[in-house]
Formats: sequence, structure tokens, C-alpha cells
Amino acid sequence: MIEARALRHEILLPVKPGFIAFTLIAALLLNLLPWSGDWLWVKPDFVALVVLYWCVEQPRRLGFAVPWLLGLLMDVADGTLFGQHALSYTILAYAGIVLHRRVQMFNMRQQVLHVVPLLLLAQAVALLVRLVAGADFPGLAYFAASLTGAALWPVMGHVLKLPQRPRLDPDQV
Amino acid sequence: MEHQPPPFFKTGPTPLARLLIFTALSVTVLVADARFNYLPTLRQVVAVMVYPLQRIASAPAGIVRRVGEFFVTQSSLRADNARLREESLANASALQQIPALQAENRQLRDLLAVRERLEVRVVAAETLYAAHDPFSRKIVVDKGSQQGIRAGQPVIDQSGVIGQVTRAYPWLSEVTLITDKGQLVPVQNLRNGLRAVLAGTGNDGTLELRFVPLNADYQNGDRLVTSGIDGVYPPGLPVAQVSNVIRNAAQPFARIAGTPLAGVASYAHVLIVQGQRDLPPRPPDEDQPARTRKPRKN
Repeated sequence: MIEARALRHEILLPVKPGFIAFTLIAALLLNLLPWSGDWLWVKPDFVALVVLYWCVEQPRRLGFAVPWLLGLLMDVADGTLFGQHALSYTILAYAGIVLHRRVQMFNMRQQVLHVVPLLLLAQAVALLVRLVAGADFPGLAYFAASLTGAALWPVMGHVLKLPQRPRLDPDQV
Repeated sequence: MEHQPPPFFKTGPTPLARLLIFTALSVTVLVADARFNYLPTLRQVVAVMVYPLQRIASAPAGIVRRVGEFFVTQSSLRADNARLREESLANASALQQIPALQAENRQLRDLLAVRERLEVRVVAAETLYAAHDPFSRKIVVDKGSQQGIRAGQPVIDQSGVIGQVTRAYPWLSEVTLITDKGQLVPVQNLRNGLRAVLAGTGNDGTLELRFVPLNADYQNGDRLVTSGIDGVYPPGLPVAQVSNVIRNAAQPFARIAGTPLAGVASYAHVLIVQGQRDLPPRPPDEDQPARTRKPRKN
């Protein structure tokens, strides 16, 4: 717990808006890579992960419009119903913004336990939309993507915090 | 009147209010798309926005493939060469007969006054990626409406039908594979000419024939080709091979499973078949008396 506090109270540089945009575009690119076969089932939704990350870390920055528009882009790219990803990212952003104080109390590895239900919720929303639209339940393997996504959460958090870490020796340029 | 002090921080509407606004917006868009099909233009606009990302994301795979092609070993090239030479020899005799057969076919069709079969035109396209949607089977290919691709055109590869274009964007199009759950292909059994409808099951590698009576003559290994009566698929393209026939007298229809002949799950190069067939006009409805000339009796 002390370790968690220490990590939380680490002094970080302010995040640049350009960096947030860059990470979101990189997540879109990762989602659009030509995944095939069984990889499609375990591939996490990188956009959902990054949206959730920024909503938890910087709850005032992203807002709702950006996740919603990213959802529309994913809907077109994946050929799904228009608005399906948009709805699920909106709900994810809300959950992230509302819970950010609680989630921030934990370190990245402990946050995984909060991230799993949130990602599952976002997937369940998409599932519900498709079931209403007349699709069949694709099996429990559908939810595997949330678990792999949550497993990636600590790694992603470490990487996304790198530009915010101050240099160890400020005199050294 | 009591005055509230102005807030220190302007935060706009509460998260809950914003959630409700954007949820309402999403649901509106969903209903407009799923129920009424209102938003094709908006979809096209978003498609243009996402197009550069789609091309960038699929570029590494292309580079990896090209590097792999560069480093093929000589032995595999020689084996390929030998195989292709054998194939071309085997095909040569058949090819030489084609002009004569075509001429003969034309004459016979003239004699019978039957419409000519359409010469199919194909556009080659490359698969960019498989759509990440567990509820459907779709791929995205790199040719679109700028290259004359339209929704509804059939897509084949070297060994058979793989699907149908369901949405055409300016430079990309979305192909629904025959294994998708909602995708139907009218087929004909090559052995005895029986017609049926082949439906996808949502699993890669299995198709099923729908509404086939129990006593219909289907055997394992029967090849199914497109029948062409739908006006979408040109007739005679191979689609599937019957892999399993279950006849249970307790059920009204036989359960007949097939495996696709084309590389439906292999995502390589595909051919998009163009050219509308000029179909005969739609027959008059049942309740209206058909205007046909009665044969005059002498």
C-alpha cells in the first residue's frame, strides 16, 4: 500500500494534448492491423483501452465527443452497426470519469481489477446492441478480448506515462 | 432574492448529463442505421476519414509479405515452375477447344433463340484485413466505387465463390463472406442439377443447405455450383462441397453441411465480378391475368 501511495504521488509533467491525440491514433492503427484467425478473438480493443486510460488519468481532457467519434470510425472500419462502438465507448468514458478518483488510488497492477469489469461492461453493451439487432450470441470467447485488454493495462500505463516522467537529473540536457 | 456565488471552475454539464446526451445520440444513429438505413452518406464521409489509417495499418503486412517473397528459395521456385508448366500443358488442350466450343455454343443458342450468357468481367483486389466483428464474417478489400465496385457484386477467388460486396466506399469495399450467417447463395448440385439455397452458419468452414427435403438426392462429395437464378451470381461458379448429410425422419428437412471450395478464410487476392446481367422482366403477379397470346385453334 505504501508502494502504491508512493507511485501515486510521483510528480509527473503535464500531459500534452498532442500526445493524447497521438496515442488515440496509434490505438486506432493497432485495431486496424490485419489480425486474422484466432488472434481476432484475443485481440483487445486498443481504442477502448486508451480511452479508458485517459478518462481515468485526465478526466477533464477527453470528454465524451472524442470517444464517440472514435466509435463511429471503428464502426465504419469494422463494418458493424453504425453507433455500436460509439455507444460502448461513451459508456466506457462515463465509467472512467466517474470512477477516476477510486481507480487512481491503486497502482497500475491493482487497477486491473477495476479495468476488467469496465471493459466487460463496454463489450456487453456492444453485445446487447447486436442481440437486439438480430445476431446470435457468439460464445463466451467473445469476452476474451476484455481479459487480454486488462492484462495489457499495466504495460500500457507504464508506456503512456513515459513522456510525463521528468528526467532524473534536470541539469543533464 | 438569494444569490449563489458564481462557481470557481466552469465544468459544463455533469458527466451523467453528457452520458445521457451521447447515449441518446448513439441510439438515434443506431436506429437510423439498422432500421431505416438512413445514413449511407454519413458512413461514406466517415469512411473517407478512416481510409488513410486503414491503408497505413495494412502496409506493414504487405511489406512483410514482399520481403518474404524476395527470400523464396530456389528449390521452391523450381517446384512451382514445374507444377505450373504441367498445369499449363494440361490446360492447353482444353483451352484450344474453347474457341470452337464457344462458336458452337453461340450457334446452338442462336438456333434455340436463348439469351447469351454474360461474359464476366473481373477486377482483382487485395484483402486488407478481416473485419474485427465476432458477429459476422466480413473482409475489407482495396478496391472501391472509384474502380467501379458496387454493392451486390459477387467476389470469387481462383477456386470458387467467397462472398459478395455489401458496402462500397470510395477506395475500399466491404465483402461479406459466404460463411456469414445472413449470407445466402442459390446453388445447384453439379451431379444432378438439384437447386437449393446455401446459407452460411457464422463459422469459418461450414455452410448448410436450407430447406432440402429428406428424400433429396445429396451425397457426400457432391459439388455445388451457383445456379444463377438469383441474377447476382453468374451461373456455374463452384461454391461448396457437401461434407455431411444427416437424414432424421423426425425432422422435416435434411441437414446437409458443406465446406466452401474457395479459400474463404485465407484472405489473399480476390476477384470482384462486374457486369450486370440483363435479366428478363419480372413476371406479372399472380392475381393479375397474364397477358399471353392464346394459341389460336383452327
